[in-house]
Amino acid sequence: MTAQPAAKMELSRNAHEAARRTAPHVTIRGLSKHFSDATIYDNFDFDIPRGKLMSVFGPNGCGKSTLINMIAGLIPVDAGEILFDGQPLSQIKFGYVFQNYREAMFPWLRAFDNIAYPLKVMGVSKSERTARVEKIVANLNVKIDLNLYPYQMSGGQQQLVSIMRALIVEPEILFLDEPFSALDYEMTLFMREQLQRVFVETSTTTVLVSHDLEEAVYLSDRILLLSRHPARAVEFVHYDAPRPRTLQTMSEADFISTKAHCLEVFQREVRKG
Amino acid sequence: MIALKRLQILLPFVGIAVLLAVWSLTVWARIVDPVLLPSPVSTFRAMWIGMTSGKLGVDFLKTVERTIYSTAIAAIIAIPFGILLGSSEKVYRSVEFVIDFFRSTPASAMFPLFLVLFGVGDRTKISVAAFGAALVILFNVAYGVMNARKTRILAARVMGASRLRILWDVMLLESLPQTFVGLRNGVSLALVIVVVAEMFIGSTDGLGQSVFEAQQLFNMPDMYAAIFAAGALGYGLNLLFLTIERRFVHWSGK
Ligand SMILES: Nc1ncnc2c1ncn2[C@@H]1O[C@H](COP(=O)(O)OP(=O)(O)OP(=O)(O)O)[C@@H](O)[C@H]1O
Ligand SMILES: [Mg+2]
Repeated sequence: MTAQPAAKMELSRNAHEAARRTAPHVTIRGLSKHFSDATIYDNFDFDIPRGKLMSVFGPNGCGKSTLINMIAGLIPVDAGEILFDGQPLSQIKFGYVFQNYREAMFPWLRAFDNIAYPLKVMGVSKSERTARVEKIVANLNVKIDLNLYPYQMSGGQQQLVSIMRALIVEPEILFLDEPFSALDYEMTLFMREQLQRVFVETSTTTVLVSHDLEEAVYLSDRILLLSRHPARAVEFVHYDAPRPRTLQTMSEADFISTKAHCLEVFQREVRKG
Repeated sequence: MIALKRLQILLPFVGIAVLLAVWSLTVWARIVDPVLLPSPVSTFRAMWIGMTSGKLGVDFLKTVERTIYSTAIAAIIAIPFGILLGSSEKVYRSVEFVIDFFRSTPASAMFPLFLVLFGVGDRTKISVAAFGAALVILFNVAYGVMNARKTRILAARVMGASRLRILWDVMLLESLPQTFVGLRNGVSLALVIVVVAEMFIGSTDGLGQSVFEAQQLFNMPDMYAAIFAAGALGYGLNLLFLTIERRFVHWSGK
C-alpha cells in the first residue's frame, strides 16, 4: 500500500519523459509572413520532430530560408507562434550554417577563433574555449590547419569550419541552409558523411534546406515538401533506412522509391503553380 | 625567365627615367626659358641643400606636423561618429544631406570663417584641414558600417550576440577596410588644405609658404625643390597608411 504512490509517481515520470521524447521539438501554429509583394506563409502549421534530421525541399523562392530564419528568430513573424517544447523562444541555443560561408565566417579571425567565437559570446573562459574547440576537432577527426584565416582555406574547409562553429555550443537545433551547394561534388560527398556522423553521434534536431533531392533523402529521416508560396506542407515523407547510410544505400529499392515519390509530388506541385 | 623577372622590378623606374630624360632634353635644347625651368641637377641640389642644412627641412617637418595633427583630430572625431551614424541606417539617412553638402563644399571656402573663429595661426590651418578630412572619414566609416555583410551580422545574432557586441565585434571590423580608404583620402585632403593654408594665411613656415616664397623671389630651383618635397610627402603618407592597412586589415579585398 505504502509503496504504491511512489510507484505511480515513478510511472508518471517515465510517461512524462516518454512524452517529452516523442513530443515535437518545435511547434508552429498559424504562422503568417508576407513581404511587400508576396504572401510567403498564410496560417502555416507544422511540427518539427525531436532528434530527427529533417530536410526542407521545395521550389525556388517558396520560403525555405524564410522558414528557418523565423524559427531561429532572425526575422520576425507577422502572426502566429513558434514554440520550443511548448514554450516561446527563450534562451535556446541554435546552430546555423549558411550557404555562403565566405560571407558568414569572420575573415579577421583565424579558423580556430571563428569556431570558438560563439562560446566567447556566451561568456565562456578562454581556456575552456580552447579545450572545447580541441575536443570537437578531435571528435570530427578534422585535419585542417586551424591557424589559417578563412580566406586562406578551400571552400570545403571553410564550410567545415562553419559547421564546427555551429556545433561548438552543442545546439538544441541545427539549421543548415543549402550548406553544400557551393562545393564541388567530391567535397559535397565528404561533407554529407561528416554531417551524418555528427547526427549519428549527437542526435541533434536538424533542419536541412537542400536543393538536391538525392542529398535530402539520403541524409534525412523526414522530408518536408513545400508548395510554391504561400507555402503549404504538401507532404511529410518518412524515410527510415538505418544509419550509417552509405553509397550502397542509394541503390536500394526503398531509397529509389522514396526519391521517386518526392520527385513526383514536387513536379505535380510545381506544375500547379 | 629569371632575367625577365628581374627586369620587371625595374618597371616603375621607367617612368622616372623618361621624365628626367625629357626634362634634361628640354633644358639642354633650351625649349623653355632656363629661368623658368632649371635643370634636374640644380633642382635636386637645391632640394638636398634645403633639406639638410636649409629651411626646407624645417618647412617639411612643419607641414608633416600640421597634416598629422589635423588627420588625427579628424579621425578621433569622425570614426566614433561614423560608427554611430552607420549603425542605424535611419539616423544616417537623416543627416546624409548635411554630410554630403559639406563634403562637396570646397574646404578652402571655409578659410575666412575659420579665420574669424581661430585667428591667424596654426589653429586655423589645422582646424580647416581637420574639418575637410573629418567629413571624408566620417562618410567612409559610416558606409563601411552600413554595408557590413548581412550574413555575418545574422551569424552573430543567431549565436545570441547583443547589439553592442555585434557593433563592436562585427560591424567595426567589417568597416575597417572602408575606414582606411577614408583615412587615406582624408590625409591627402588634409595635406592639400594645409599647403594652401600655408601659402595664403600669413605663414612663416611650411611647404606651402616655401613654394610661395621661392616664387616671389623668383628662385626657381628652390620652388621646384619645395614642390617635389610636397609631392614626396603626399606619396609617403599614402604609402604609410597603405602599409598600416596591409598589416592590420589583412583580410581586405579577400
Ligand atoms: N527581405 C525580403 N524582402 C522582400 N522579399 C523577400 C525577402 N526575403 C525573401 N523574400 C521573398 O520571399 C520569398 C521566399 O524567400 P526565401 O529566401 O525564403 O526562399 P527560398 O525557398 O529559400 O528560395 P531559394 O530556394 O532560392 O533559396 C522569395 O520570393 C523572396 O523573393
Ligand atoms: Mg533559400
